[in-house]
Amino acid sequence: MSSPRAVITGLGVLAPNGLGAEEYWKALLAGESGIAELSRFDTSGYPARLAGEIRDFDGAEHLPSRLMPQTDISTRYALVAADWALADAGIDAGAGIDDYDMGVITSTSQGGFDFTHREFHKLWSQGPEYVSVYESFAWFYAVNTGQISIRNGMRGPSAALVGEQAGGLDAIGHARRTVRRGTRVVLSGGVDSAFDPWGWSAQLAGGRVSTADDPERAYLPFDGAACGHVPGEGGAMLVVEDAESARERGAPRMYGEIAGYAATFDPAPGTGRPPGLRRAAELALADAQLTPSSIGAVFADAAGLPAFDAAEAQALREIFGPYGVPVTAPKALTGRMYAGGGPADIAAALFALRDRVVPATAHTTSVPDSYGLDLVLGEPRPVRADAVLVLARGRHGFNAAVVLTTV
Amino acid sequence: MTRRVVITGIGVRAPGSSGTKEFWDVLTTGRTATRRITFFDASPFRSRIAGEIDFDAAAEGFTPRETRRMDRATQFAVACTRDALADSGLDFGTLDPHRVGVALGSAVAAATSLENEYLVMSDAGREWLVDPAHLSPYMFDYLSPGVMPAEIAREVGAEGPVTLVSDGCTSGLDAVGYGVQLIREGSADTVLAGAADTPVSPIVVACFDAIKATTPRNDEPETASRPFDGTRNGFVLAEGAAMFVLEELEAARARGAYIYAEIGGYATRSNAYHMTGLKKDGREMAEAIRAALDEARLDRTTIDYVNAHGSGTKQNDRHETAAFKRSLGEHARAVPVSSIKSMVGHSLGAIGSIEIAASALAIRHNVVPPTANLRVPDPECDLDYVPLTAREQRVDTVLTVGSGFGGFQSAMVLHDPEVTSV
Repeated sequence: MSSPRAVITGLGVLAPNGLGAEEYWKALLAGESGIAELSRFDTSGYPARLAGEIRDFDGAEHLPSRLMPQTDISTRYALVAADWALADAGIDAGAGIDDYDMGVITSTSQGGFDFTHREFHKLWSQGPEYVSVYESFAWFYAVNTGQISIRNGMRGPSAALVGEQAGGLDAIGHARRTVRRGTRVVLSGGVDSAFDPWGWSAQLAGGRVSTADDPERAYLPFDGAACGHVPGEGGAMLVVEDAESARERGAPRMYGEIAGYAATFDPAPGTGRPPGLRRAAELALADAQLTPSSIGAVFADAAGLPAFDAAEAQALREIFGPYGVPVTAPKALTGRMYAGGGPADIAAALFALRDRVVPATAHTTSVPDSYGLDLVLGEPRPVRADAVLVLARGRHGFNAAVVLTTV
Repeated sequence: MTRRVVITGIGVRAPGSSGTKEFWDVLTTGRTATRRITFFDASPFRSRIAGEIDFDAAAEGFTPRETRRMDRATQFAVACTRDALADSGLDFGTLDPHRVGVALGSAVAAATSLENEYLVMSDAGREWLVDPAHLSPYMFDYLSPGVMPAEIAREVGAEGPVTLVSDGCTSGLDAVGYGVQLIREGSADTVLAGAADTPVSPIVVACFDAIKATTPRNDEPETASRPFDGTRNGFVLAEGAAMFVLEELEAARARGAYIYAEIGGYATRSNAYHMTGLKKDGREMAEAIRAALDEARLDRTTIDYVNAHGSGTKQNDRHETAAFKRSLGEHARAVPVSSIKSMVGHSLGAIGSIEIAASALAIRHNVVPPTANLRVPDPECDLDYVPLTAREQRVDTVLTVGSGFGGFQSAMVLHDPEVTSV
């Protein structure tokens, strides 16, 4: 008996350049950027001030008022993206799916950080009795899984994974695994946000954030002048579903199949062993039973620092040959959304399969020849492809790869 | 043919002990290791008791550089990893690194380090804005704790799948369950799995104070953790870690490894009810138990011992008792059930793995650890909770369960690999 096939039947995206999956996709094709000076607090004393910030979003317009005092902004993003993904998939209380047959698997790399910063502040400036009764769960990394499960009555196998930027793809890989083990629907994806002064500073402490002040020159994936990334917030939630189940209930659409997934880890520095990104991609291709030649486009991790960009370019050269596949990095328009980045890339990749067009990598103008990279620049590029590859890396050595195919 | 997964190495750091042998000694003598908080001045707090570990990083062999780089929870996880490796007798140098994975659980990850950093950069809470120049270079890793499993991967040279499973208080069960799945599906042959949490810090104490989840029995720290007792009034916060070497059964047999137990079944469900509250009926935990037994292909009557979540809150112990009755039927009244949290407290994401260690050791030694401090019966908790004294009996199959904020309900079945399916 073959394992069930896992398809994606619903998308919900909240990105700095678009609220809603289709809006995000349109913004990517139009090259609309969500990168601007961070407005949440006075950033004048900070070495970096540009962020991919979500504006014009008020959680209270989308969520019941009782959820507002108990949720960090990132959890509001997760809940709303989940609502949108379920609506897109046509799954509601009347969809006839057993509550144990619906799970929730999310990723966050920062938890409810803005919320927790305020509670730390209350504890130390006022005292323990001022700490919110919600702090015990509004902060922790499992909060989005729990809140989505409660809001939507989903009682199936659920989890929360952390792997910095790679964690979002790991969540989707685990959702696929869970569907293959017999759960009909898993709502999966990731979001992140840490744009309070402490969260912002912590991101700067990581040493990879661009300090450039021109929004069009700050995050330049694969450019010879790459100088770090711009932190973003937001992400995407996807409905991952057993293909048979989707057909049975007459799901409005199947965006594509998660045909392959793999995760690897880099060897310790100094061992002389090669990094793991290439192997993750090759394992995901093997898992999908596809050869590199069938991949129509790659959605790259696109770290935006020369050493990391060169390593990713090398992995792609080794797999596809020099200039062997169109490569793009939509996150140049949103900043890196950490756990939200991979799932948002998956949403974009599914639209690319649907519309047969790959969005361009914004802002980057000059890719070193040594990269041997066919980076889609300037205008979106039409492609004829039934399969795409999405890559992500996380700080300290995480690598994840997902292969998506048309259904 | 389904690949079967076994535990061949164990490392534990729990209150009252500094290694697996001492840990088991604490459990079987029914000693309690909870005490008045010594890590900071707890006088402003409602609950001032914890299961603290007297951990000496230098004596554990950590270099000053490692001690600087690694958060306390990471140090615990690495110490347990080293113990588990030695215990397994497996020479990781001979393994293909591509086939080795890591699945680490933690609920609050670097909470203690976050708080230390907070105090520095906020001038002890006076400043809202932050001068980034005052931040530790490790601050990013405290915000985004992928570094924890990464350190384990470096320790063992793993280049396969590596992840941090952060499902709150079921993380320790779920991370091991994740590792089992990696081996079963063929993504890895060997996995370092387990969990660590070091939450004994003011912010975490304040979190649980705020919802009165921890006990205020501050005058009786040694007997404050009272799972299933009629006078229980909250859990005792603790720190700890446990790590396991998981291997595919045939590979373990081929190298003549000592096999503690097979992990035959694992399942998790969510209650979709409340972030911190539990319904009385135990429905979702019962479903997880049924699913785990189903995966293990074992009848419920084969369970020799139930290692309970038994946190000692009013609602948990009642909820869990209902779940056992619902899932195990009549057998719930026949099988011994105990909570080691009565002795080592509740180390949030870590405790699930510590309880797996206790379950594996129960199989190894044919001893059921007791529920300490259980003196006053509660009419709502009417099973055999093995009060006060450990019990020698045949233990081939153990059910261990966890329940956590966010609604997670997880169950795992461990058994002697010679126990055959129904």
